[in-house]
Amino acid sequence: MAAFDELDPLTGRKVLVENNLTFHEVTETVAAPIEIPSGRWWAFFLASLMLLGLLLVSLGWLFWEGVGIWGLNNPVDWGWAIVNFVFWVGIGHAGTLISAVLFLFRQKWRTSINRAAEAMTIFAVICALLFPTVHAGRPWVLYWSLPLPNQMGMWPNFRSPLLWDVFAVSTYFTVSLMFWYVGLIPDLATMRDRAKTKARKIAYGIFSLGWRGSTRHWQHYEKAYLILAGLATPLVLSVHTIVSFDFAVSQLPGWHTTIFPPYFVAGAIFSGFGMVLTLMIPLRSWFKLENFITLKHLENMAKIILVTGTMVGYAYAMEFFIAWYSGNPYESFAFANRAFGDYWWAYLTMVSCNVISPQLFWFKAIRRSPLALFIISIFVNIGMWFERFVITVTSLHHDFLPSSWDYYSPTLWDVTTLLGSFGLFFTLFCLFCRYLPIIAIAEVKSVMPQADPHYDPKGDHHG
Amino acid sequence: MAKPSKKKVFGLLAEYETPREIFAACEKVRDAGYQKWDSYTPFPVHNLDKAMGLKPSMLGWLVFVCGISGASGGMLLQWWTSTIEYPIIIAAKPYFSYQAFVPVTFELGILLASFAAVFGMLAFNRLPQWYHSCFNSERFARVTDDKFFICIESTDPKYSLEKTRTLLEGTGAAHIEEVED
Repeated sequence: MAAFDELDPLTGRKVLVENNLTFHEVTETVAAPIEIPSGRWWAFFLASLMLLGLLLVSLGWLFWEGVGIWGLNNPVDWGWAIVNFVFWVGIGHAGTLISAVLFLFRQKWRTSINRAAEAMTIFAVICALLFPTVHAGRPWVLYWSLPLPNQMGMWPNFRSPLLWDVFAVSTYFTVSLMFWYVGLIPDLATMRDRAKTKARKIAYGIFSLGWRGSTRHWQHYEKAYLILAGLATPLVLSVHTIVSFDFAVSQLPGWHTTIFPPYFVAGAIFSGFGMVLTLMIPLRSWFKLENFITLKHLENMAKIILVTGTMVGYAYAMEFFIAWYSGNPYESFAFANRAFGDYWWAYLTMVSCNVISPQLFWFKAIRRSPLALFIISIFVNIGMWFERFVITVTSLHHDFLPSSWDYYSPTLWDVTTLLGSFGLFFTLFCLFCRYLPIIAIAEVKSVMPQADPHYDPKGDHHG
Repeated sequence: MAKPSKKKVFGLLAEYETPREIFAACEKVRDAGYQKWDSYTPFPVHNLDKAMGLKPSMLGWLVFVCGISGASGGMLLQWWTSTIEYPIIIAAKPYFSYQAFVPVTFELGILLASFAAVFGMLAFNRLPQWYHSCFNSERFARVTDDKFFICIESTDPKYSLEKTRTLLEGTGAAHIEEVED
């Protein structure tokens, strides 16, 4: 473990690729592991597949029997499906933050983590899209949510936040997928040119579109990349804003608050970085990527988690303040009930995981310890799932009429569906790690000191 | 049919080791007045397009036009469906409640702009193009790894095997070869 960070001779900043690798060594380090099958990969892949099987069984039973197999009741008619939807969408947001927002801010350290984080985004959004689809009860008529001319002459209700969600999340998925693929094209060409087997040559060959690294191409390519980053940035903010509108535009105490959009976006980035750390810390050691995803990278992500975690804590506090300051009895009741009512344990879990645990990142030793980061990242994941549970269930279960109050508990099928969605996520992520470069090879090379046309290995580095 | 006695030449391919070398070489080729040539690099070398004398990409304009069309199309769709095609009062709001139509307008604007950025980039680059003459060179496989190339094409009016080779040798190329078309 390096006690001090290596510095770039030209800029005096932390080097982004440690141990002075050559361009060829970069290609080798990233590409070689995905050309050799490993026993560990199979173990993870099969375990993920089993969870995916659990999802298929749960969905099969759901389609056969209906949403009655879940723990939904009246008034809690929005249970784990919406909780899981918001949870997964939120996780996706860190990928876009890393790939787009940090790109616009010229945070070059993002290059070694953006590929895997974007993959995480896409797979998380797939998991997210699953839940509203099956929760709608009749997934085979899901196309009714699209503005398609039909024999009834009817159109979707464009005033509904749920419809905004359809547009926001599907646009988000499409744009993330395209952004990811555009980033992949040069690296797919690298894989094509290294391929030893016919199948790999053909597969990578088709998807790399005949990329040949032409400067005339790079020119349009870099422009397209910049524009996509510029488009994805407001998009990612809009997506979780609109997800928060699902709640905030309703009239329910505990949901009807203007703080929701920024609070949801901060929470999404918080949870997403938690998941990025959960995935990256094992990956960097198994794929021997410590020279790319350095301790400094982990430390930077810990700092973002600290900032966003504190913002989330501020939002929790401000909700309570406004509930009291508004003088609205329904609002005050909703929040008192949230913290001290039937679901006090969920609220306590949420606050401990989201507000208290990231505060440990004030200590540099913790920020630079992969093990501590990994453990806290798990807490962040748990805490952010509970946040959505708390918001959804505590606001619904004690609504305006005490006669309709009820207690909500999930059934076994709620649990298997959530676990199964992790199976879907990890199956996709395993396939990604097996067949695609998990680090953006071309981008990493472009931020190395020797990529600068002024770099002179024999010179005195006055640049 | 017998093998053609003379292979058709696509151009001269020069190989370089570092971004610094190819940068200087591109400036020399540009100043020598060549038009039909290109450089190939494993990653975008900063300002190499300027060293080659290329004009900036016009992709931004295409994206702008498509983004505006997407957004206005989205607003038009919502206006038409809720005021003309199927007017229905929802939540006592006016038929044309444009405030509520902002999210869909925004998302469609972003969606079309992104399509324009991706497919416009591919169209400007004439991709996919699975065959290119440079791929005939075995050394060219390293272009996606750690080598840098310049190819001056034989269709360039200034191209002559001798002079062009001398020029490329003068730029410090590590290796020069003719590639077949």
